[in-house]
Amino acid sequence: MTLTINGQPADHAAATLAELVEALGLADAKVATALNGTFVPVRTRAATPLSHGDRIEVVAPRQGG
Amino acid sequence: MEFYGKTFGSRLLLGTALYPSPSVMAEAVRASGAEILTVSLRRESAAERQGQDFWTLIRDTGATVLPNTAGCHSVKEAVTTAEMARELFGTPWIKLEVIGEADTLQPDVFGLVEAARILCADGFEVFPYTTDDLVVAERLLEAGCQVLMPWGAPIGSGRGLNNPYALRSMRAHFPDVPLVVDAGIGLPSHAAAAMELGYDAILLNTAVAKAGDPVRMAEAFAKAIAAGRLGFEADPMEMRDMAAPSTPVLGKALLA
Repeated sequence: MTLTINGQPADHAAATLAELVEALGLADAKVATALNGTFVPVRTRAATPLSHGDRIEVVAPRQGG
Repeated sequence: MEFYGKTFGSRLLLGTALYPSPSVMAEAVRASGAEILTVSLRRESAAERQGQDFWTLIRDTGATVLPNTAGCHSVKEAVTTAEMARELFGTPWIKLEVIGEADTLQPDVFGLVEAARILCADGFEVFPYTTDDLVVAERLLEAGCQVLMPWGAPIGSGRGLNNPYALRSMRAHFPDVPLVVDAGIGLPSHAAAAMELGYDAILLNTAVAKAGDPVRMAEAFAKAIAAGRLGFEADPMEMRDMAAPSTPVLGKALLA
């Protein structure tokens, strides 16, 4: 299925958001996630299924004013 | 100085963006004496993992982190960003920005009040980046904000205090609310002027980060803010239109 991850279209087979974060190589990283504009906490990522066309944001701490 | 029950010695809140290098940032933070640093959330790529190194750098400063919702133009975006920040940084603090206008980065005060209401009700401790409008300020307090952060001038403009009268009015209207001038400060004298008006603190970033020597400028701001505060506490003299001799007139020799 095709997902949009941080604005980029990509094909992934991950069944859940937790699997996707792991497949992206960010399972150990300090990141927060949102699915289709809604925040998904770490503890519910494994119970959050993904479907074709989903938009996922994976963000981390960055410089800010 | 207190924000949401936490006490701080420094009255400078410093941004972490736009420095020439991470090490200059860390040194500027030290020179500024700032105990609160603003940070943001941005997309993380597995290849670069930029956020992970940055987080280590911030954590090592030992400062309290104030995440922002910079770049958010809608209530939904700002609320979702705040929720992600709360989990990521483990803090209920959020510098709430809902931007309404691209050229001036002026807050969308209607969206700001709505987002503040949602976030305060959800247990966030909101630092709203707002204008100097007193009615909006009142609404933000009603929403549950316990700090107000009016702009001095547009973000990154370095223009200083565009409307000292409005800032003075705000101070007079809300004598017991912690007030922070956030944005628009360019020079240490701008920061000192805001402190002389009785503001509790200054939040700035570009003025230090984009100085030729950010570390020295950080120190200059620390001193200006401390001096401005001391001046306010010392109760300045009244201004007048005409001269008043300071040297005694009585007893002057007649030499004409």
